[in-house]
Amino acid sequence: MGIIERISGPLVVANDMLGSRMYDVVKVGKQGLIGEIIQLRGEKAVIQVYEDTTGMSPGEPVASTGVPLSVELGPGILGNIYDGIQRPLEILREKTGAFIGKGVAAEAIDRKRRWKFVVEKGIKNGALVKPGEILGYVQETGQLKHYIMVPAGVEGKISGLKDGTFAADQTIAKVTNGTRVTPLTMIQKRSVRKGSAYKNKFRSDEPLITGQRVIDTFFPVAKGGSAAVPGPFGAGKTIIQQQIAKFSDADIVLYVGCGERGNEMTDVLVEFPELMDPKTKRPLMERTVLIANTSNMPVAAREASIYTGITIAEYFRDMGYNVALMADSTSRWAEAMREISARLEEMPGEEGYPAYLPKRLAEYYERSGKCESLNGKIGSVTIIGAVSPAGGDLSEPVSQGTLRVVKAFWSLDAGLASARHFPSVNWLSSYSLYLDSIRDWYTKEVGDSFISNRASAMTLLQREAELKDIVQLVGADALPDSEKVILEIGRMIREDFLRQNAYDEVDTYTSIKKQGLMIGTILHFKANADEAIKAQIEADKIVKMKVREQIARLKEINEADYEKADRKVREDIDAEFRSLMKEYRASQEIEKA
Amino acid sequence: MKFEIEYSTIESVAGPLVVVGKVRNAQYNEVVRIRLPGGEMRLGQVLETSDKLAVVQVFGPTDGINVSETSVSFLGETFNIGVSEGMLGRVFNGQGRPRDGSAGVAAEEKRDINGYPINPAAREKPSDFIETGISAIDGLDTLVRGQKLPIFSASGLPHNELSAQITRQANVKNSSEGFAIVFAGIGITYDDASYFINEFKKTGALKRTAAFINLAGDPSIERILTPRLALSTAEYLAYSRGMHVLVILNDMTNYAEALRELSSAREEVPGRRGYPGYMYTDLASIYERAGIIRGKRGSITQLDVVTMPSDDVTHPIPDLTGYITEGQIFLSRDLFNKGIYPPIQPLGSLSRLMANGIGPGKTREDHSGVANQLYSTYAKAQDAKSLSAIVGAEALSESDKRYLRFGDEFESRFIGQGFNQRRSIEETLGVAWDILALLPEDEITRVKKDYIAKYYKGGKKAGIKEGEKEEPDAKAKKGGK
Repeated sequence: MGIIERISGPLVVANDMLGSRMYDVVKVGKQGLIGEIIQLRGEKAVIQVYEDTTGMSPGEPVASTGVPLSVELGPGILGNIYDGIQRPLEILREKTGAFIGKGVAAEAIDRKRRWKFVVEKGIKNGALVKPGEILGYVQETGQLKHYIMVPAGVEGKISGLKDGTFAADQTIAKVTNGTRVTPLTMIQKRSVRKGSAYKNKFRSDEPLITGQRVIDTFFPVAKGGSAAVPGPFGAGKTIIQQQIAKFSDADIVLYVGCGERGNEMTDVLVEFPELMDPKTKRPLMERTVLIANTSNMPVAAREASIYTGITIAEYFRDMGYNVALMADSTSRWAEAMREISARLEEMPGEEGYPAYLPKRLAEYYERSGKCESLNGKIGSVTIIGAVSPAGGDLSEPVSQGTLRVVKAFWSLDAGLASARHFPSVNWLSSYSLYLDSIRDWYTKEVGDSFISNRASAMTLLQREAELKDIVQLVGADALPDSEKVILEIGRMIREDFLRQNAYDEVDTYTSIKKQGLMIGTILHFKANADEAIKAQIEADKIVKMKVREQIARLKEINEADYEKADRKVREDIDAEFRSLMKEYRASQEIEKA
Repeated sequence: MKFEIEYSTIESVAGPLVVVGKVRNAQYNEVVRIRLPGGEMRLGQVLETSDKLAVVQVFGPTDGINVSETSVSFLGETFNIGVSEGMLGRVFNGQGRPRDGSAGVAAEEKRDINGYPINPAAREKPSDFIETGISAIDGLDTLVRGQKLPIFSASGLPHNELSAQITRQANVKNSSEGFAIVFAGIGITYDDASYFINEFKKTGALKRTAAFINLAGDPSIERILTPRLALSTAEYLAYSRGMHVLVILNDMTNYAEALRELSSAREEVPGRRGYPGYMYTDLASIYERAGIIRGKRGSITQLDVVTMPSDDVTHPIPDLTGYITEGQIFLSRDLFNKGIYPPIQPLGSLSRLMANGIGPGKTREDHSGVANQLYSTYAKAQDAKSLSAIVGAEALSESDKRYLRFGDEFESRFIGQGFNQRRSIEETLGVAWDILALLPEDEITRVKKDYIAKYYKGGKKAGIKEGEKEEPDAKAKKGGK
């Protein structure tokens, strides 16, 4: 039992703390606020407190719990909204009303609800079990089996395991090791600061399909990969994150609102239960866990929220699921680190951030990956981190530290956003280093031409940008016809393909098949146009073709009717070009005559 | 209750900070009363406490405080404000005391001025359209109830007029529903303060307004309190009295500067441009107090004026503000110099909650498409303008010339309107379609075809009159995002 000596915002120094360990959770003050030891100096411990310390005074007690900051994992976790230290916000609301009170404890996993537990085939009482091993499952949602695994550090002979209906905290089996008997429940605790163990890590070879054309076709992220979305405010970071949370083909989505707006979390809470998962046709909320530590909630808990999220993600990965984690925004996490660091009076690094910032960022993104877990199942965690660089300037430490570790970079552009080109991912400065490893997947699933079409489209966009620079100087009329056509095709790719309306019922999601066809159709137009130019037809005629509008409206056609519509548009393209040629030849004949 | 002891153990005074020694058990954030040698009282707050000393921030000047004869007592509570409906129609100073000469207000409830964070699970999604009567806002950056929308302005631009106009016009529609205004003048000049008070008087809004005014000459440290007093009052009116409260915080730049002053007095490690590293969190603790709570009738909508130092939107104050608020209304010096009022630059402006508040049943079915179309065409008009600056207007293509004309018409007729002009949303969309008539129909790609058929006034469809009845499209886009 220690005694508070000094209080400065979320930082508390306590005396008489001999025997406590780094990163142990402590209860601080009379109200028992939750804190974590982040420094030990002799008998003194420096504690970051996850709740507002207003009203606390020196002399109040501090008690160590002896365990590191952990999350509770078990059936009932899906569909919840938690704060940064995994307190269920709905329960807090019932307890303290609309405003978040202090010193309120609430269990993360509902103990009242009972689950039908089914023992895994092949597991017999008396067998030796090891950490990570699957003992059985409960059907947590219509689609998802929640596997119950042996927690870390428990090994031995299993007994008492049987099918039945249990509450999450009831004993379902016992593990005997020598004289030590460990009762197992469906709940396990994991420390948040350390990644969970796995057998193997693999190179990611499959994209996380998001239904967002600019991402899936141009800058894909692999399942088990990591991506960063930096951008100034108003560029649409949050919308991209939410779109991926809604439509990506992950089994589980962790959405961490770290130091962001309260209303955005409300949005997710209101909307997700009504939306359907495109893959399973179940309410989206059934596959989602929300962590909300908004900007006005205690700053230290914001720092923890990021870790709470990834630890839950790893838990589902260990069951063999593909998990996508959105962290919005990692900059707020870094700022929380900076604030704590400044109060610790550490020597500041760049822009006041602590010198260990890049290391923390790297450690965090390294917790993504496609892994074979201890039980042999293969799952993945994909991390998509939003970065909010001050003034939109990417040279700042958080952006730079992130870019060094992630392999997909979606650069949001204020200029595009203000012209309402959404998603405002800049196609010239963004990149994805996953293309090589997922090439085979695309060829197999979408078609042989997909990768080459993507490359052609990319080249056209580059060319268009160069030509636009020239146009800025000399005007469009000075360009030869072949280049005027490139400008038009570039415009088509930008406006008809890259631009995607998140608020439109159909346009909000595009399957990868449809994406392949759409880009193919634009290139089909391009091929025809090239022929026409060769045959001396003026670019102005091509730029005015009627079929262009049909191409522009392709994105409005729903998935079911798409293939047919696409075929029709390609036929119409051919037909209109044919008639253009005919007209042209006729006029030539007249001239000749 | 804590036994009240007066300490006369001040060790040092520096800037707004007083260090009191030999203090036992002062609470963090506790309010202190400082008694000066002449008997004058001032208030302060504990910023840091240990078993030996307490660092106190004084609200008010520190002149007259001396080390030997000044005493400090710790009041055992956090900063509270007594609130009641009687505050409407009154003017207070930056510390919440009456400055209109009348007596104090009898409190019905005491509220912590720092408030408490709203549980995200208890928030209600804001989705009620507020008609401000200003086309550039209603049409393109729609304000909804419970939103926090700053006005990014700069010295010399008419942000005061604009916020006064919004206050005057926005309340007409809601007057029947218990509408109140809480105005916080933070470090504003005497002129600006009296402008607002007079505006409120003229329009009769004053009786529904509670104003907290910290003048430019008042102690800057008081500015830390002013917005918090205003918001606690607003929270009382909204959540205990069920009113729809519009809070105007003018000007948050002065607030942030006071925060920097305090931080440097505390010798903290500075972040960007000397502002403290926690400024994001601090600003969020103010801005995030806007919103609607499930199951409560009232709401808090914030209009925050931020003047950008040297018109720089990447300056830490507007930058951090933009990351917290739900969009921004951006005032442009270019438009202002062209004589356009209000000089709202749509390309820099944004309302994140717009999609929640528009569409059939709220504004009109074509609203979202029209807004997108205006944006993208105006962006093209800007491109055409920069091109014409290089190659000359003569060398422009037909379509670029059309964009140029569109840009001019859009600025003068759609954005531009009178200080006393109030346009309904139908009028706003009407003006929009008048201007869109300059474009050929096939360039209107962002509006659904059915709506083009219904509203488009130009090109081949010039014959169709506005308001002709047609069946609403069954597939009409849902309003929500």
